[in-house]
Amino acid sequence: MTTITTTATRPADRPIRLTQARVAYSEWIKLRSLRSTWWTLSIFAITTIGLGVLLSSLAAAHISKGHHLTAGQLVTLSLYGAYIAPLTIGVLGALTATGEYMTGMIRASLTAVPTRLPVLWAKLAMFALVGLIVSEITVFLTFGIGMTILGHVGAGVSISQPGVLRTVAGTGLYLMLTGLFGLAIGAVVRNTAVAISALAGIMLVLPVLTNLLPATWAEHFARYLPSNAGQAILAVQHTSGSLAPWTGLALFACYIAVIVAGAAVLLKRRDA
Amino acid sequence: MIEAQGLSKRYGDKTAVDNLSFTVRPGMVTGFLGPNGAGKSTTIRMILGLDAPTAGRVTVNGRRYAAHAAPLREVGALLEAKAVHKGRTAREHLMALAATTGISRRRVDEVIAITGLTEVASKRSGTFSLGMGQRLGIAAALLGDPATLILDEPVNGLDPEGIHWIRNLLKGLAADGRTVFVSSHLMSEMALTAEQVIIVGRGRLIADVSICELTAQSRRSVLVRSPQAGQLASVVAGPGVRITSAQTGVLEIEGTDTDTVGRLAAEHGVVLYELTALSASLEEAFMELTKDDVEYQAIATAGLAGSGRSTR
Repeated sequence: MTTITTTATRPADRPIRLTQARVAYSEWIKLRSLRSTWWTLSIFAITTIGLGVLLSSLAAAHISKGHHLTAGQLVTLSLYGAYIAPLTIGVLGALTATGEYMTGMIRASLTAVPTRLPVLWAKLAMFALVGLIVSEITVFLTFGIGMTILGHVGAGVSISQPGVLRTVAGTGLYLMLTGLFGLAIGAVVRNTAVAISALAGIMLVLPVLTNLLPATWAEHFARYLPSNAGQAILAVQHTSGSLAPWTGLALFACYIAVIVAGAAVLLKRRDA
Repeated sequence: MIEAQGLSKRYGDKTAVDNLSFTVRPGMVTGFLGPNGAGKSTTIRMILGLDAPTAGRVTVNGRRYAAHAAPLREVGALLEAKAVHKGRTAREHLMALAATTGISRRRVDEVIAITGLTEVASKRSGTFSLGMGQRLGIAAALLGDPATLILDEPVNGLDPEGIHWIRNLLKGLAADGRTVFVSSHLMSEMALTAEQVIIVGRGRLIADVSICELTAQSRRSVLVRSPQAGQLASVVAGPGVRITSAQTGVLEIEGTDTDTVGRLAAEHGVVLYELTALSASLEEAFMELTKDDVEYQAIATAGLAGSGRSTR
């Protein structure tokens, strides 16, 4: 029984106390220790880069036949994988939250952190950090490979051209936010299947459904949908049918903030 | 020290815990007993702040659990339902919990060793047997070297060796001066580890007594074998005395003791062949207490719950 008390008799290296930074570190351990994290992030990077390579190659073939595509179109094509990101990084975000509820881990987490909210903040912060790093690396790689392919037909777009750096870096931000969107939804609904359905429904199905609305309505509402608002950043040239790039991204972030606020209230109020 | 005052929890119109008040003191193992569905797990979840009480309050070492600066240092808890992500290894699970409060990696390895998980620490917990999962839960409870331990049905799924180990662990922790609160639906298990038992049924307090008191207060009877059984029966009969006879010449008398029966027999010249004190086992006492609504209300009003507290 002596082994149990060894820590008690030893002077503590640092005070044993709950802090937000420590909870964030705990969330980093949780995130990195699940194989699903690395699987999903790999699939995210592979699909984004893969789709970029595919579409850049098709565009190159198109151009070599004498067709013309604008620089803006080429950048958007190379980064097209961003449109299916809800299914990869978005799902990972959702799993980060729902995994705790589906396995019962949440009870251990909230016993360790009974004030509860630090767990949510830490999850969001860690996911934002990891998501941003992975997303930015992925989009810059995708852009670089795409432009190399297009360079062979003399159509490569330089990062220094107007709006291009903003588009590429902004796409990385959008992808990270997509992950946070999934996380926020997961934190509210607490169930993987429901979260993924809601995420796919809002990000992929809803924009398609607006096509069924009368054209004048669609014009008014469509641009304010979370998906369309966030994806405004993917266009090099701002078009009339969408919000300005940063305005759109900010609106997407606002949607996330609202869902996070809901998740925070529920986390504080609901029994775990 | 855990103090609950008027603790209640209602889910819709179902009352899981009903006006429960009790104190769990340091330095001994306190059993939390009741049949399945008596509200034990709900009470434990309220102590830890996982469930919010509908009414009443509960504190650990004088404060709400969530109000402590280092919760894991105050209370180590093993929850009944598995609270582990199956995809993580045992070590990673413990590391993640330890990190929240700045508990060292060395301590993580220590609790792994204490609970005998060293060989499987790098395996994903989804592959664990029920017993291993239970050990991992206990390892998590010990992480913060806490002053109070709350364990919900810790022997569940453990093999005999594991059960023996947990009994000694609990006793050792209590001997260190810690508060050890252990729930179980098995009286026989508590009889071996606990000094004090808090018994609940349908969310209500039935008794808060020491094991000794419980043994003393449990139904006792006297077995007598005599050729003059009929005469003896009329001699000992009186208010509160109940006499049954399963076979000729043998009486089982409740509500008295061997001294009284022996003395009365001598006074009236009744020959005795056998005079034996029968005491119900704790298991029977527990069954008796939790048998049904009416019975436990009757016993509670008879002062069993009160006497447990007044004698300390």
